Amino acid sequence: MAVLVLAEHSNAALNDATGKTVAAAAAYGGDIDVLVAGHNAKAAADAAAKLPGVRKVLHAEGEAFSHSLAEAVEALVVPLMANYEAFFAPATTTGKNVTPRIAAKLDVMQISEISKVVSKDTFERPIYAGNAILTVKSNDAKKVVTVRGTAFQAATGSGSASVETIAAPAGPFKSAFVSEELQKSDRPELASAKRVVSGGRALASADQFNQYILPLADKLGAGVGASRAAVDAGYAPNDFQVGQTGKVVAPELYVAIGISGAIQHLAGMKDSKIIVAINKDEEAPIFQIADYGLVGDLFKIVPELTSKL
Amino acid sequence: MKVLVPVKRVIDPNVRPRVKADGSGVDLANIKMAMNPFCEIAVEEAVRLKEKGVVTEIVIVSIGPAQAQETIRIGLAMGGDRGILVQTDAMVEPLAVAKILAKIVEAEKPELVITGKQAIDDDSNQTGQMLAAILDWPQGAFASSITKDGDKLKVTREVDGGLQTVSLNLPAVVTTDLRLNEPRFASLPNIMKAKKKPIDMKTPADFGVDIAPRLTVVKVAEPRKREAGEKVADVDALIAKLKSVGAI
Ligand SMILES: Cc1cc2nc3c(=O)[nH]c(=O)nc-3n(C[C@H](O)[C@H](O)[C@H](O)COP(=O)(O)OP(=O)(O)OC[C@H]3O[C@@H](n4cnc5c(N)ncnc54)[C@H](O)[C@@H]3O)c2cc1C
Ligand SMILES: Nc1ncnc2c1ncn2[C@@H]1O[C@H](COP(=O)(O)O)[C@@H](O)[C@H]1O
Repeated sequence: MAVLVLAEHSNAALNDATGKTVAAAAAYGGDIDVLVAGHNAKAAADAAAKLPGVRKVLHAEGEAFSHSLAEAVEALVVPLMANYEAFFAPATTTGKNVTPRIAAKLDVMQISEISKVVSKDTFERPIYAGNAILTVKSNDAKKVVTVRGTAFQAATGSGSASVETIAAPAGPFKSAFVSEELQKSDRPELASAKRVVSGGRALASADQFNQYILPLADKLGAGVGASRAAVDAGYAPNDFQVGQTGKVVAPELYVAIGISGAIQHLAGMKDSKIIVAINKDEEAPIFQIADYGLVGDLFKIVPELTSKL
Repeated sequence: MKVLVPVKRVIDPNVRPRVKADGSGVDLANIKMAMNPFCEIAVEEAVRLKEKGVVTEIVIVSIGPAQAQETIRIGLAMGGDRGILVQTDAMVEPLAVAKILAKIVEAEKPELVITGKQAIDDDSNQTGQMLAAILDWPQGAFASSITKDGDKLKVTREVDGGLQTVSLNLPAVVTTDLRLNEPRFASLPNIMKAKKKPIDMKTPADFGVDIAPRLTVVKVAEPRKREAGEKVADVDALIAKLKSVGAI
């Protein structure tokens, strides 16, 4: 029996999360097929075929898949699962949206955001904002999991899987896409950036967030993140939020600026390789996990750092 | 329309969870508990929809121990009309919670269910979507705005790249994200009034749902500890350190 991996993609290209999910599936073992459900998504399907370790790419086309509507993806995947013993999806907002629907239809208890495959039925996952690591054994016949991208490394090299076009349910579905507002940016994508610069409540306005955080990020070639407080206050867009209930990142370098270090924020960045904290309060909890801490006023420190790099 | 709001009693988000020495779980003895923050957002949204005249009745449901009545009372004090407690001391997994909720939906016939996107204890992020699938309803997960649009529901969702807006047929399930609203604090008079609102007491057996867990906890462990590093004196020292470890 084989594993079905749900690809994360933009129709034109494959998202990094897909390779990491394939890596988790490889740790699980067995043949790996990748499902690319999209609209004009041939390029993404071809890219998936080049991932190492993939047996076959299943390519389904349909208007409803252009925005990965959960109802449509569920209708596509559930019948396919007759041929698979496990379903692996990235723990992205797309994966988190649809995977529980598939699990419920299969009458399987999903295992969310696995950080390790221990064996065919046993997995590790963080709970309580990463303050505890749960090892859990599934007693269901099929396994349905989402995969935490920062915990797995995509295999390097190149594969040459076959691409098979499969029929897609036509609908109608009970939901419809209306519109989207996607952040356009030339900066590295937050979830996979090698370096991340994040700003917190201390930035005090969207203008200052842009004025202080962005030039430093650009100097470092970094992706930009934010604390929940900065996002709630409108200093940064929602998709910048790093943390328990935002994005989980683990870059080589994470620079936390004017962020106190609440457990919910740490949950999203404490696996970064090097953590730098800049905060005027020397007692701020962020310093307890930072490799290098600089105590002082960010409005003085950050411009100096930016100019000296 | 009638709205059902499932709320979960969880560890207070301001408390730091501690792993039990025997590795069997997180120590919740004498720990402050609270309504899951995303459920507070769900109740608040239901109350705002009622204030706008879109919603007629709000039913607050919890599956959990007797103390979960207090959690339901908070929802009633915020503006819920009545409660249902499905009482059990067992650990109920999201799949079983969704099955119980589906049975309650069959009986109560709400047009909308608003759940939180995630319980901050198990961090599952499953229940709302599972419920939608069991009922064959559409879903708007991770909502940052909800508006009634004729016979449809327009939901803006927080997604990895920004925001996505979908239109849902009703009935539907919506799960809340952080930016949907800022929940109100229940006032003292409303807390007093909430004491008189009815809570229906049920058990999982009343719904014929098998809540036996599908997952076995092998162990719960502390995460890898990160040691505090060093404080550097100034920007030059920071740059020198970062260069020395090859981070820049
Ligand atoms: C259900 C739930 C989910 C949550 N999810 C998340 C999440 O995913 N991500 C997240 O980040 N948070 C999350 N939070 C919020 C979290 O608890 C904190 O409230 C939040 O992280 C605080 O953001 P902050 O550090 O920017 O603000 P604050 O805690 O206010 O810290 C601001 C810091 O800036 C420093 N400062 C002020 N002025 C200056 C200056 N001039 N120079 C240098 N330093 C300065 C201060 O000393 C302080 O340490 C969640 C909370 C809940 C309840
Ligand atoms: N035991 C429960 N009782 C009532 N609602 C619940 C329960 N467990 C989960 N929920 C609902 O489902 C949401 C998501 O929880 P979870 O899927 O566990 O992350 C919560 O915010 C609640 O709205």
